[in-house]
Amino acid sequence: MRHLMSPLDFSVEEVDRLLDLAADIKANPEKYAHACEGKKLATLFYEPSTRTRLSFEAAMLNLGGRVLGFSSADSSSASKGESVADTIRIISCYADICAMRHPKEGAPLVASMHSSIPVINAGDGGHQHPTQTLTDLMTIRSEKGRLDNFTIGLCGDLKFGRTVHSLIKALIRYPNIKFVLISPDELRLPDYIRDDVLVRNNQQFEEVVRLEDALPQLDLLYMTRVQKERFFNEEDYVRMKDFYILDKAKLALAKPDMQILHPLPRVNEIEPEVDDDPRAIYFKQAQYGVYVRMALILTLLEVEVC
Amino acid sequence: MLNVGRLNEGVVLDHIEAGKSMSIYKYLKLDKMDCCVAIIKNAHSNKMGKKDIIKVECPIDELDLDVLGFIDHHITVNIIKDGVIVDKKELTLPKKLVNIISCKNPRCITSIEQGLDQVFLLADEKTETYRCKYCEEKYRSSRKKQ
Repeated sequence: MRHLMSPLDFSVEEVDRLLDLAADIKANPEKYAHACEGKKLATLFYEPSTRTRLSFEAAMLNLGGRVLGFSSADSSSASKGESVADTIRIISCYADICAMRHPKEGAPLVASMHSSIPVINAGDGGHQHPTQTLTDLMTIRSEKGRLDNFTIGLCGDLKFGRTVHSLIKALIRYPNIKFVLISPDELRLPDYIRDDVLVRNNQQFEEVVRLEDALPQLDLLYMTRVQKERFFNEEDYVRMKDFYILDKAKLALAKPDMQILHPLPRVNEIEPEVDDDPRAIYFKQAQYGVYVRMALILTLLEVEVC
Repeated sequence: MLNVGRLNEGVVLDHIEAGKSMSIYKYLKLDKMDCCVAIIKNAHSNKMGKKDIIKVECPIDELDLDVLGFIDHHITVNIIKDGVIVDKKELTLPKKLVNIISCKNPRCITSIEQGLDQVFLLADEKTETYRCKYCEEKYRSSRKKQ
């Protein structure tokens, strides 16, 4: 039995196979419509999420399976003080696979240590968000046609932005990728990613503060939201939240084929006027997320569809 | 010169950095063991100037000496049996530390989950850096911080 805690849990070859499967699901959805009949997915969401939770639920429903779960810690036994270890032992009796989001970093790992069903990390604090990474990889591969030889700008909250951390770890396994890290000083990439991942693996990267300075060289721009829930201090959040706003004027500095990704939800960091630009692919990205989660559920449940 | 009697069976920890013996006493959980312990502080050392020494009279397998590698792998560990040194143990940085140090990250699951071991894994031998198994928060040994 396998779990998914980090994007590195799968080898490059396994990721390729997963993305191939996701692409086949996209092309032939009817072939997979009953693949998980009789199976149940538990969504254990200890903090609010619309996109990820519904994406998981849509994925399982598209496969003919069923879903159960909770969408906040208040409506779970966590509010009564139940440990993650005990919760997963119980959920293992009710479902065949589970997706867990938790505000505490490492909670899904603890769950996997006590679970008898596959556990998917659906986001743990500011730490990891591997299914978003798989979504990002599928989006890049589908839209760019490759996962190597490009310059990607990562912009916004690089300190607490778990999607960025996971994406960097996944992308360094592909050749000739340059990272441009665009953030205010206060939200720079933490050292456990910069030093232990980028520096240690001799990756090309540069850190800049102004988005305008980075835009002309980028093949991909990955925007992120400054996440209010990660700040202990409201003043710090208010000071940071509008640091980057991508609008048409700034986009004029970018290459004509640069593509814009965003894990969503956005707040102010991308003006709605950008949505109609063909380079904006963040809504497509959300659709890719369903296909990739379908492929992941099939893979972890070891369901083969002929 | 202070004289402390010879051990029959146990461990002599020599070349401890002066002043560090009490923290080692704590890490080795010697306060919880029912055995004879001698702590010698600020003893003369040709090599170090001053050093601390700990002598513990107990069966060798009752001590978790791996943790010493984390505290200071320059400590000399002499294993004593029948009153003589039978072995000198080489200390290396342990790959894994369980319930030796605690994660300081308030967002880590260890801050709320009951009964969960504090586990740190060696991330970089050169810089003696450990990371929390759950949240990857960094812990660097105090000697490296200096």
